[in-house]
Amino acid sequence: MLGQALAITGINIRSIPERWASSLVIVIGLAGVVAVFTALLAMATGFSSTLKATGRNDAVIIMRGGSDAELNSGLDREQTDLIKQAPGIRAGSDGKPLASAEMIVIAELVRKDDVKNGANITLRGVDPAAFALRPQLKIVAGRNFTPGLRELIVGAGVLRQFQGAEIGRVVRMRGSDWVVVGAFESHDAHDSELWTDINVARTTFSRSGSSSILAALDGAEGFDKVKGGLAADPRLNVDVVRELDYFNGQTKQFRQTIGFLAGTVTIIMALGAVFAALNSMYAAVAARGKEIATLRAIGFGGVPVLVSVMIEALLLALVGGILGAVIAYALFNNLSVSTLGQNFTQVVFNFKVTPELVVRGLVIAIVIGMVGGLLPAIRAARMPITTSLREL
Amino acid sequence: MTKSSFVIANLFRKRTRTILTLLSVIMAFLLFGLLQSVNSIFSAGASFVGATRLVTQARVSFTQPLPLSMLPKLEAVPGVVRVSHSQWFGGVWQENTPLIAFAVDPLRLRDVHAEFVMPDAQWQAFANTRTAMIAGKLAAEKYGWKLGQKIPISSNIYPQKNGSKAWAFDLVGIYDGKDDATKGLASTVYINHDYFDEANLFGKGRTNFFLLKLADGNQAEAISKTIDAMFENSPDETKTQTEKDFNLGFVKQIGDIGLIVRWILFAVFFTLLLVVGNTMAQSVRERVPELAVLKTLGYSDGAVLGFVLAEAFALCLSGGLLGLLLATFAGALVEQGSGGQFRLSPDLKVWLIGVAAIVLMSVAVGLLPALRAQRLKIVDALAGH
Repeated sequence: MLGQALAITGINIRSIPERWASSLVIVIGLAGVVAVFTALLAMATGFSSTLKATGRNDAVIIMRGGSDAELNSGLDREQTDLIKQAPGIRAGSDGKPLASAEMIVIAELVRKDDVKNGANITLRGVDPAAFALRPQLKIVAGRNFTPGLRELIVGAGVLRQFQGAEIGRVVRMRGSDWVVVGAFESHDAHDSELWTDINVARTTFSRSGSSSILAALDGAEGFDKVKGGLAADPRLNVDVVRELDYFNGQTKQFRQTIGFLAGTVTIIMALGAVFAALNSMYAAVAARGKEIATLRAIGFGGVPVLVSVMIEALLLALVGGILGAVIAYALFNNLSVSTLGQNFTQVVFNFKVTPELVVRGLVIAIVIGMVGGLLPAIRAARMPITTSLREL
Repeated sequence: MTKSSFVIANLFRKRTRTILTLLSVIMAFLLFGLLQSVNSIFSAGASFVGATRLVTQARVSFTQPLPLSMLPKLEAVPGVVRVSHSQWFGGVWQENTPLIAFAVDPLRLRDVHAEFVMPDAQWQAFANTRTAMIAGKLAAEKYGWKLGQKIPISSNIYPQKNGSKAWAFDLVGIYDGKDDATKGLASTVYINHDYFDEANLFGKGRTNFFLLKLADGNQAEAISKTIDAMFENSPDETKTQTEKDFNLGFVKQIGDIGLIVRWILFAVFFTLLLVVGNTMAQSVRERVPELAVLKTLGYSDGAVLGFVLAEAFALCLSGGLLGLLLATFAGALVEQGSGGQFRLSPDLKVWLIGVAAIVLMSVAVGLLPALRAQRLKIVDALAGH
């Protein structure tokens, strides 16, 4: 029986070029579904992996209690200094605690493809320790800012997506002029930021403390020590979160939103593709009515006919699925986009078409091919031989 | 048999095929309706024309507060009738539900937001109760708030003087939009700025943005320039834009989703065109002898062309309209489910674009087979291809 099925399948597939138009409908339909599905989820994957890359497990972010995001948090000068001296913070190469007080200010830049609407960009004022805490961050052009001067360095993502922050340009904020002196790259969420000296930011924006403190943990018990130490101090009311958890937590809502969008769009498109596939396969079966009847007359069984039609549908679906994945990869992989992050500022990230997404896309294609092939296949297997032979 | 019933009869000649094709067209237009609605939110072009309200914010970003002392200067600008101010409160309901909550001057809010209606007594109560809050009808219904209740709301930004971030306000009024267009906006919570300013631990006398009511929409652009020039080179430089632009700015912050949506639309339409086009071609191919008979009976080439085109049109139109109708229902469901936050329901503009797409598609898929039918030579066709 397997031999019979293979023989018929061979005939079917060799005859596809003669009916290429209707076969193409399945291929294109499935390519569309898989391309859209893969592209949308590649967006969610890219966003998540950018944020996850930002956080380390051996560092903590300390913010005012109940703040959720750095933007909402604020610590005054005294609290900032107290927190930096907390137990459990690892010492840096200079012997001082490896902790960076950081201040978030929102700047506005205009997207490259826009003319009017500014998008929010994070301006992060940092202590010198910030660079030791983020070894992945490298200056790739120009130089670092000089402490004490109104100088900025700009993330690679900001340079890609926004205008007006190129090296040498002057960025105006609250009546103050800032010179962009360098560009950095860190391959994570910091790529979407502007950085400067926290003390200059304090004097310019007339604030005294910080938004948050990033501190390196001293060994495995570091986290509990920092948390316990800060909780015991009545002058403080702060949240201590591992940096990794902080950034992980930010991906949840975006993944949900995109997941919902991808689910809805894929289901509707998949239904359309199923109907199209059914149509094509019915037509294919009808066109080969006489041929199938002849095969049955000379002794081929119904099941091999059914199997052969199914295999054809699956094969076309698979080709469509692969085509869709290739299209998604070619058009979208590494495409740089930006969206709103937790701090109400833009996070620049790249689409990531992963092998896992491609496999999921192909599974969807095969399921659609199966559904689209089954009913026509049953019809083909059940076709009464005599009527079909007489049909002319 | 009339011509139209002939077209319909032809369509149902292969019932399965017609129904399946119809279903794919419906699916495509369902998606089209929903996505085009999203798209029109993103691409809505804004302008100063006819704008009667302007928003003045800090030039850098509206998250930078502006001093309230600017208010008299703004109100003194010729053409500005009344100015209100809004301070973002960072309100959180229960565990983790973010609220849209602003601290405002009650009576100024009433003057500028003429589209909000609320009984006069409630406005007075809002103005005269320090710990008062009012909520939009949508918000009150969603969270089950009743007039006179004390509503516990925490702020993820502002602690009170005692360091606690848990606040509580008396719900003294529930407002609603005055017509269908503005009812969807009644989801914001307002609290009394005087009380907020006094009770919070930080900044005094500051606000996130001013909303300016103008006497004449034609002056919007000139007034915005005047205001921004007034504060240029001060520590509080401003950016003044129309309310619509300001709101659009929020949506645009979400990013490049407009681009993605356009790609999806493109993919869907390309797919659809192929599916329906192929079906039409197939159906004409099978009917070549019949069409020849029609011509023998005296139908002109033009009439035969018309029959085939009409079939394509009937298929696309019924499928397309059904799809858009489905999108309208589905969009309304999403809108209801999200408490009016997502306006996904296709509006008149989307419907018009949809109908244009239907017509365009009918021609694209019907024309080739129709031309083929028109050019048939009777003798060849009757002889059997």
